[in-house]
Amino acid sequence: MTAETPPEPEDLPMTADAPSPTLDETVGDHHAPVPEAHEPHLEPKVVFDVQDLNVFYGAFKAVRDVNLNIHQHEITAFIGPSGCGKSTVLRCFDRMNDLIESARVEGKVLYHGVDLYDARVDPVEVRKRIGMVFQKPNPFPKSIYDNIAFGPRLAGMKDDLDDRVEKALRQAALWDEVKDRLKKSAMGLSGGQQQRLCIARAIAVEPEVVLMDEPCSALDPIATARIEDLMQEIKSEYTILIVTHNMQQAARVSDRTAFFTTEVNPEGDHRTGVLVEYDSTDKMFSAPSDERTENYVTGRFG
Amino acid sequence: MPPASSVAERAPDPDVPVDASISLASTGGRRGDSIFRLVALAAGLLVLVVLAGIAFATTRQAWPAFSAEGIGFLTSSDWDPNNGKFGALAFIWGTLLSSAIALVIGVPISIGIALYTNEMAPRRLRRPVTYVIDLLAAIPSVVYGLWGVLVLAPNILPVYDSINSAVGDVPGLSWLFGGKASGRSFMTAGLILAIMIIPIVTSLSREVIATVPRSQREAAYGMGATRWEMIRSAVLPWSRGGIVGATMLGLGRAMGETIAVALVIGSNAQITTHLFSPGDSMAGVIANQWGESSGTYSAALIGLGVVLFAVTILVNVIARRVVRHFDERLKVA
Repeated sequence: MTAETPPEPEDLPMTADAPSPTLDETVGDHHAPVPEAHEPHLEPKVVFDVQDLNVFYGAFKAVRDVNLNIHQHEITAFIGPSGCGKSTVLRCFDRMNDLIESARVEGKVLYHGVDLYDARVDPVEVRKRIGMVFQKPNPFPKSIYDNIAFGPRLAGMKDDLDDRVEKALRQAALWDEVKDRLKKSAMGLSGGQQQRLCIARAIAVEPEVVLMDEPCSALDPIATARIEDLMQEIKSEYTILIVTHNMQQAARVSDRTAFFTTEVNPEGDHRTGVLVEYDSTDKMFSAPSDERTENYVTGRFG
Repeated sequence: MPPASSVAERAPDPDVPVDASISLASTGGRRGDSIFRLVALAAGLLVLVVLAGIAFATTRQAWPAFSAEGIGFLTSSDWDPNNGKFGALAFIWGTLLSSAIALVIGVPISIGIALYTNEMAPRRLRRPVTYVIDLLAAIPSVVYGLWGVLVLAPNILPVYDSINSAVGDVPGLSWLFGGKASGRSFMTAGLILAIMIIPIVTSLSREVIATVPRSQREAAYGMGATRWEMIRSAVLPWSRGGIVGATMLGLGRAMGETIAVALVIGSNAQITTHLFSPGDSMAGVIANQWGESSGTYSAALIGLGVVLFAVTILVNVIARRVVRHFDERLKVA
């Protein structure tokens, strides 16, 4: 969307920090203002550097050889047809694939230079820093307040919990609608409100990154528009990755877009997801360099 | 076409010809529906009729004892058949106390097993563990009773004695663990009952836990919850209503259990909080004394059955309320 988006990210040098062994040393004050990120012609900081990522479910290779960089304070969209592995790749960024017993990951997902799949990395710590919003709104059957306070309580952020809850709800543009019913069950909210609640829950711990897995697929267009506005509002503080089936949504909200598709594997017995093209959203939708991308974004998908 | 103000006011459009070959009238295929409805209704009513019949017949049989004792049947603990005194309070106490012990011991174990098999156990262990637990339910209750009286009671008495001598004089704890310990006691009956209710409470809890949506688990994990934090914040709140229901079914089973309790509870009707003391329960006393009873004595024993029936129904009604309370509070607005 923004005109500042630097061109040709692949041609620019990586700016990742030098690799360091633990997450603690690498995550500095990422909420400090990063003015240079919004000045034109300067490459924003790389948050994730994905190298030769392959994901398997048992013997089935779901995603093959993904390489891409995710930039700070940008919205990166993953688009592509069903089964192309975009959600699978997204779930590598907070190790949610660990929850699937047969899932196995090869390659590297460097987060500020630290490989998230290093044996010393605790997935629980990863998920505390990298928030996630899911396809279906999934508030806990608790009060609105307790939903938002869940993450801060887990992380031991007990001070000023009320302020923290209010801030998260304000950021998620939900405060005015729920401020008088914080003690009421979150299950009584509408679908769109529930999804904004889930976003508020994710950002209440001030993660650096928010992963969104088709966050609007269960919502009507009005609720979708509110979520999209909200993403624009918060992107100055968070790095956002969004998987979406909706190409217009990717075009509207994202700074960069990655297009995935499926390819029949060499053995010819199943289809594996591959990253076709990754570029600034403007370029992806106006002048994609790969024919498959063009066919997809123009609706001539084959 | 002018804008129609309401569908009902619109006449059929004369420009659209009626196609006589299309008939949307019922072709008779719905007769099956009405037959099925009648059969299902009859089955449902049958349960109610049987229940009412049992309640009515037993109450009538027990009437001589009820009319002789009046409310004293429930409020007196003087059970002296030879002198025509039938106060059931001690038996009611025994049933409630032994069942309460069973719940306190059995329910946490059951929830633990259910969580283990659903959340923790390696896949290849899940089925065997589940199978063994279900097998417990297949053991006849008289076998539990005999094991309790022949093996458990004599072997656990030293444990009771050492607990008794350790904390039997401590204020508060003496309330539960004081008195003279006996192998056949409320506690032994409670232990046996705990083992007996574990299969049903486990299997129902397991099913409830299995219905916790994946999205709830992911919500907790996604926030950086550990496995235990996920269980505490996603699994247990979601399944609390169902677990309460499972517990109440276990309670119903424990209160109604007859022969195993009759063998191990000690057959010594008394009202005491001392868990290691012998007592007696409603079902147990019916089993033990029925053979030697007649007349009002028999009526009084049947009366115990009626009271047990009523208490069980009461517990179930309360349980339903509790479940609904939890569900409403947690899942809806």
